[in-house]
Amino acid sequence: MENYNLVIIGGGPAGLAAAISAYDKGEKNILILERENKLGGILNQCIHNGFGLHTFNEELTGPEYAYRFIEEVEKRHIKYMLNTTVINLSKDKEIRALSEDGLLIIKAKAIILACGCRERPRGGINIAGSRCAGIYSAGTAQKLVNIDGFMPGKEVVILGSGDIGLIMARRMVFEGAKVKAVVELLPYSSGLNRNIVQCLNDFNIPLLFSHTVVEIKGKDRVESVIIAEVDERLNPKMDTCEEIKCDTLLLSVGLLPENELARGADVNISRITRGAVVDDSLMTSIDGVFECGNVLHVHDLVDYVSEEAKEAGIKAYEYINSKAKKVYPKTEIETDSLVRYTVPELIINNEDYNPLTIKLRVSNVFKKVRLEVKADDEVIFSKARPVVAPGEMEKIDLKEDQVKKLRSSKHILVYLKKVE
Amino acid sequence: MKEFICINCPLGCHLVVDDSDKNNIIVTGNTCPRGKTYGINEILNPKRMVTSSVCVLNGENNVVSVKTKEAIPKGLIFDSLEILKNIKVNAPVHIGDVIVKNVLNTNVDIIATRNVERI
Repeated sequence: MENYNLVIIGGGPAGLAAAISAYDKGEKNILILERENKLGGILNQCIHNGFGLHTFNEELTGPEYAYRFIEEVEKRHIKYMLNTTVINLSKDKEIRALSEDGLLIIKAKAIILACGCRERPRGGINIAGSRCAGIYSAGTAQKLVNIDGFMPGKEVVILGSGDIGLIMARRMVFEGAKVKAVVELLPYSSGLNRNIVQCLNDFNIPLLFSHTVVEIKGKDRVESVIIAEVDERLNPKMDTCEEIKCDTLLLSVGLLPENELARGADVNISRITRGAVVDDSLMTSIDGVFECGNVLHVHDLVDYVSEEAKEAGIKAYEYINSKAKKVYPKTEIETDSLVRYTVPELIINNEDYNPLTIKLRVSNVFKKVRLEVKADDEVIFSKARPVVAPGEMEKIDLKEDQVKKLRSSKHILVYLKKVE
Repeated sequence: MKEFICINCPLGCHLVVDDSDKNNIIVTGNTCPRGKTYGINEILNPKRMVTSSVCVLNGENNVVSVKTKEAIPKGLIFDSLEILKNIKVNAPVHIGDVIVKNVLNTNVDIIATRNVERI
């Protein structure tokens, strides 16, 4: 058995940023475990530009953004193992992993889970029809095209207008395919406006809102898909069915945090984010186990992932090096029905009054609202928002005096107030 | 009057551009100077970054990702992709290596955005 102070599971943007910040705080005994053959995670296949505007003030592609962090990890000689898959995590922070050398058992004082998320598959949305070849998740197609250099098909329909779907529409066009339509169940896109413009509009790819795929046809290979309009309750109106000939269907229908390890260790998981329930030090229900990045909740921008992971690295360092591990009570943040979730969900009732950020997503598109925080009966934060949407993470930045009130209150409510 | 959505950053500002006078184009709806420049360029000479990949010989991967170092005129996207289609580079390739110099006389180079080591 090997011993480390801090083990970080996942060598993508979250894991790298967490390792760097923990190291810079003073923790030198770190191990990063990565299952792929390179550090960088999913960024390596995201070859489009638009990363790093917040962090580096320039627009990088995914691999370039990852490389900035990889270089920093290398410079610090932080130890990492590639081709190493963690298969089990126990409550007492013992990790079992499979590597090229066989089974490893590692004991850690603190663990940061930075395992990212995975795509919702066809089975997750129950599309009827045959199980033929030619159905891929958008991210799988992205890996085939951008890393392996294979084209998954020639005539493509994309279900879901999340950013990966939009980016892949343009990518398939660039590689000579015809993208016949992007089909979106909701009346709005969960992707960024800029991607609708530069990935669809620039190439005259139709985006059909309030539509879905109701059937996949084909024997060995996809031959066509049947699409239909949906009503307000998102049920397909079968009299609006239309057949689109295609050989490939890409699915971009949502991302789910990959929490199998956390579940195995009985970490308390949120039913909404599907990430761990964490307090404001990003610690899960297991003492010394932290989460950050897309395994905690799916982020819009990698810059925000790096930011959050940096915080997790610092908190893990503080945890490892605090002498008396005093356990404080925690207050749960409540929300109204317009706010889907907050991260963190728990506020520690201690005397750390450093500025604090609460992140949240709203449940629908709302115009002219105020984002507010109530601590006991006092409104301690209020910010006007002309428009909020589920696709865009909102942030509440609290200053020292606000944090002080937050930490001493028994009831915390985060809510949206409609402004007339 | 034309309407655009600015693509410079994820904010995606809704721009209204008054181009009745080509010498004095007025942009409204932007939240930063980059939005103004974008609005004017969308009228006069719309530009886009091109990101794609080219074939690699003897590398750990079959392809390496590339980008135009700066945005190039929108009308040249497919011509530049046509050039990339026929290029094969020898591994190793490193981030920043020039793959095509001055593509289509735009004064913009196409560079590698990923490391692909030789095997």
